[in-house]
Amino acid sequence: MARTKHSYVIVIGCGRLGSFLANTLSKTGHSVVVIDINPNAFSALAAEAFSGFTVEGDATELAVLKQAKMDKADVVIGATHDENVNIMAAQIARSRFRVHKVLVRIEDPNKESYCKAVGIDYICPTALTAEKMMTALNDIR
Amino acid sequence: MYFLAKAFLSKGYNITVINRKKEECSWLARQLKATVVLGNATDPEVLRESGISGMDAVLAVTPNDEDNLVICQLSKLSFGVLRTLALVNDPDNEDVFRELGVTTAFSTTRMISALIEQRAGFEDIIGVFSVAEGKVNVTEVMLTETAPVVGKSLMEINLPSDSLIGCILRAGEPVIPRGGTTLYAGDRVVAITLPENHGAVLKLLTGGDI
Repeated sequence: MARTKHSYVIVIGCGRLGSFLANTLSKTGHSVVVIDINPNAFSALAAEAFSGFTVEGDATELAVLKQAKMDKADVVIGATHDENVNIMAAQIARSRFRVHKVLVRIEDPNKESYCKAVGIDYICPTALTAEKMMTALNDIR
Repeated sequence: MYFLAKAFLSKGYNITVINRKKEECSWLARQLKATVVLGNATDPEVLRESGISGMDAVLAVTPNDEDNLVICQLSKLSFGVLRTLALVNDPDNEDVFRELGVTTAFSTTRMISALIEQRAGFEDIIGVFSVAEGKVNVTEVMLTETAPVVGKSLMEINLPSDSLIGCILRAGEPVIPRGGTTLYAGDRVVAITLPENHGAVLKLLTGGDI
């Protein structure tokens, strides 16, 4: 993505992670659309940083994804607090809208092999944090 | 869910119910001769502990489409369950779920609205189907003696804009109508409508109330 200057990125979920990503991506010149079921969440988008669009709706609803013009998206990021929403929306992005790059956040490390099986890229903060902590603990010893 | 489990039990199936609410679980365990598991069914560990890999079928009937999808996919991909069935809220998700490997997906919304359309009122309507994801409806209507359009030409009937009578089947023969074509009782009229004028066109063709 660093090379393609103007990617069209859809961020699903406008919580801490989603809004941070949306602000950062928008500031660095990408076209960003943020989807959230709660319109109040969009207040986390910084006026000076974010120049993209917002869509209010449930990201597991096909009509909402169409409204966000998912067929034009280069990247879809699932960043809601509900990993199942992220996983479902990402799979629709892949299979329906032929989105090249999909990335989701999952909380449960037990779902890593499932995500691999359905072919979506994931990041599991729980596993990453645990790994870092284990390393830190080993360093102390 | 209780009645669903009860119906299957009475047919002699062995049932395991997974539910994430503790009070509901203890109630279900008292009421049903079923194995009741307390937990989140989208958690692979909960599915494993429920003995999912030996099951003939999995029914995912939570109120959340995303949870039902994950339950079905986990059962199939991680535990080798061959038949997976899911309830969906959004009718569009019936196709989406099938594309993503769920054996059968039912939309209660679609089933109920289809039942209502068929049963309530419009008995003259023979068939309805939608194209372009529901943006266009194609409806076949049998004109009765009492239909307000009978005896009038297409020019006279004031069809709403953005709607069209595409074809008339008269005595088994198709007629492609023009403005001067007159409609008769017994004609089977194929109307092409948009959701916003669908009701008005049907009212015109059947005389019925929506």
